Amino acid sequence: MINPYLIHPATIMEKIREADSIHTYRLRLNDEETRRNFRFTAGQFNMVYLFGVGEVAISIVSDPEEPERLDHTIRSVGRVTSAIAQLQAGETLGIRGPFGQGWPLHAARGHDVVIVTGGLGCAPVMGAIEYIFRRRLHYGSVKIIHGVKSPRDLVFHERFEAWSKRPDTEVLLASDRPDKTWRYHVGVVTELFERVSIDPPKTMVLMCGPEIMMRLGVPILMRRGIPATAIYVSLERHMECGVGLCGHCQMGPYFLCKEGPVMRYDLIEPWLGRVGV
Amino acid sequence: MKEMKGFVALRDSGLGEAVASFNSLASQRGVCRAGFSLMTYERIGEDLIVCLPGGSHLAPSVRSPYDVETLVPRMRGIGAMAAAGEIGVLSRSDVQRIFDTLSSKGYRIVGPTVRDGSVMWETIQAVSGLPIGWRDHQEPGRYRLEQSGSKDLFGVVHGPQSLKPFAFTPREPLVQIERSKDGFTARPTPPRQEKVAIIGARACDLAGLAIQDQIFLQGEYQDTYYATRREGLFIIAVNCTRALQTCFCASMDTGPCAKNGFDLALTEVDDQLLVQAGSEAGSDLLSVLSLSPASQELTREGALRVDACAQSQVRRLDRTRLPQALYDAHEHPRWDDVAARCLACANCTMVCPTCFCHKVEETPDLTRQNSAHARLWDSCFTQAHGYIHGKNIRPTIKDRYRMWLTHKLASWIDQFGTSGCVGCGRCITWCPVGIDLTEELSVLLKPSEQRSTSSRQQEASGR
Repeated sequence: MINPYLIHPATIMEKIREADSIHTYRLRLNDEETRRNFRFTAGQFNMVYLFGVGEVAISIVSDPEEPERLDHTIRSVGRVTSAIAQLQAGETLGIRGPFGQGWPLHAARGHDVVIVTGGLGCAPVMGAIEYIFRRRLHYGSVKIIHGVKSPRDLVFHERFEAWSKRPDTEVLLASDRPDKTWRYHVGVVTELFERVSIDPPKTMVLMCGPEIMMRLGVPILMRRGIPATAIYVSLERHMECGVGLCGHCQMGPYFLCKEGPVMRYDLIEPWLGRVGV
Repeated sequence: MKEMKGFVALRDSGLGEAVASFNSLASQRGVCRAGFSLMTYERIGEDLIVCLPGGSHLAPSVRSPYDVETLVPRMRGIGAMAAAGEIGVLSRSDVQRIFDTLSSKGYRIVGPTVRDGSVMWETIQAVSGLPIGWRDHQEPGRYRLEQSGSKDLFGVVHGPQSLKPFAFTPREPLVQIERSKDGFTARPTPPRQEKVAIIGARACDLAGLAIQDQIFLQGEYQDTYYATRREGLFIIAVNCTRALQTCFCASMDTGPCAKNGFDLALTEVDDQLLVQAGSEAGSDLLSVLSLSPASQELTREGALRVDACAQSQVRRLDRTRLPQALYDAHEHPRWDDVAARCLACANCTMVCPTCFCHKVEETPDLTRQNSAHARLWDSCFTQAHGYIHGKNIRPTIKDRYRMWLTHKLASWIDQFGTSGCVGCGRCITWCPVGIDLTEELSVLLKPSEQRSTSSRQQEASGR
């Protein structure tokens, strides 16, 4: 009987600063056998544990074909993540996982891919973007759409710059509270959904960010001809167990830690935007 | 039609020819009258299985499409046991023999005991530990015990505890973590397996335990902590012959007769108890007790009382339009109304036999060398349940009551193929302000022109 509650120690091999209060922790499981058997898909998450403090659900952003290296980009926002931020390379965290359903990156092969991120950071899609660029020939055109409130929220600015220079790739940025330096779209991110050039039947959408952006934005993409079944969203709810038992991550009939966090839009659409769901 | 031990199975549609009054049988199983005869019956799908009194005949025109040998194993409850001739009878003064036999087999015996004005599961050694002569009276927000002066062993229907704490404990240590030179080592802390015999479980409690089994044992992961505790349980059910004001198991098809999930089931008929086995372990115990078989009259009297208990239930829950009708009621103004009464105290979730939400807690010791990782019962009525960083999904009591009821009665069906409610009525009794979910549901399923006000405001404010 597998015990999903068992915590496996993992060493921080590298701590990479991404922005103020955001770091990527490159972890390596200490136990050799556990390390060899660990497999995940892009978009799955681990419960990351700090001794004496507790656990938090964090998506794995590194490449699934190098499963001995587990990158987790963590913003310090709460009790556990603030304590993790104090750690340095060489120190130990714990891991349980991987849990949940990731991005349909195999099914997306041969498709144009539109990747939408709204708000701060959006680690879950960062891993998907890197995955696609490492296998660039398998995919059609790539459009990356990112919306922020103010320009200083654009924490991965250099990455977006670098991606925009890749062939057959377009990066569209929007800010609804721009300053003088802002040279991209002014307005909310969903306005870019109207402008982005797409070939609807060939397109698959991966989206992460505030639910209001999904609720208002997806209908625009659907009006432009992308079916709801080709649109995937990554959702966020409180998670404590990772195996669909603790009850916190429910969204309508779904346990997001088990059936999500990535959900096909047509399945989750009835529950999105329902107050208190 | 082959005949065996006076049983016959009929298509529902063929009943009119047999006994006209059978058509009005509403409940899943019970006792019916046909002329001067009393018969136990049980519905299984479209079929009705009837236990005919000895020497009675059906009209020659009535043909059963079934072979009786294939039928008996499909039946449960009193009828099936009578069919197999396995109902034993034990006089009340001999019930101690059950205790002694279980003790000799190494079981710790747990039964209902009177404590602090209520009834709680406690370890008991003897029949005298049972709440003899006591009766419970339950109403919305009210629980009272009264000594009736009778010698009834099982006059109390239930206390606040279901069977839930026996397998899904309120606090379960999961993992012990110890600091080491190169970080830490983690060691699972499975519970010690213990043989526990529970005497006095009700049909609703068995139904609740079956739902918990499904959640913790039949999903992708088998929960090893739950499994260890569950394996040690020997359950002696008691069929209810008295319904509380708050009971509605008949409408949930979970009681008052124990269907399955028990090792032994007892039916108290005055100073005698009908005893039937529901498992191999139960049959073993039954054979050790070597009881004399119950007379058909006594069996029928027991079934009649259980049926009368079903008929006397004053509450019911209409499941016919669930889950969709409750999903559709998301903006019903009744949620505002119930939220104004609800205290978000979480009592309903604590006494519920099926609620499974829990949180994981980390407790380091003072030296910070060791840390314990444990799960604790949680409730969707707490503020923390809907928390994600920077936001609470369910900040208001209205959100939380709606979450609880919608999960229990609607999304549970989508998740597990069954309602999350077994009709025990505990959430009604133990609610300090007497909120009654059967009443709330019936109002919520009536259409309303008005929308719930605060949702409109929340939407306007961009939540």
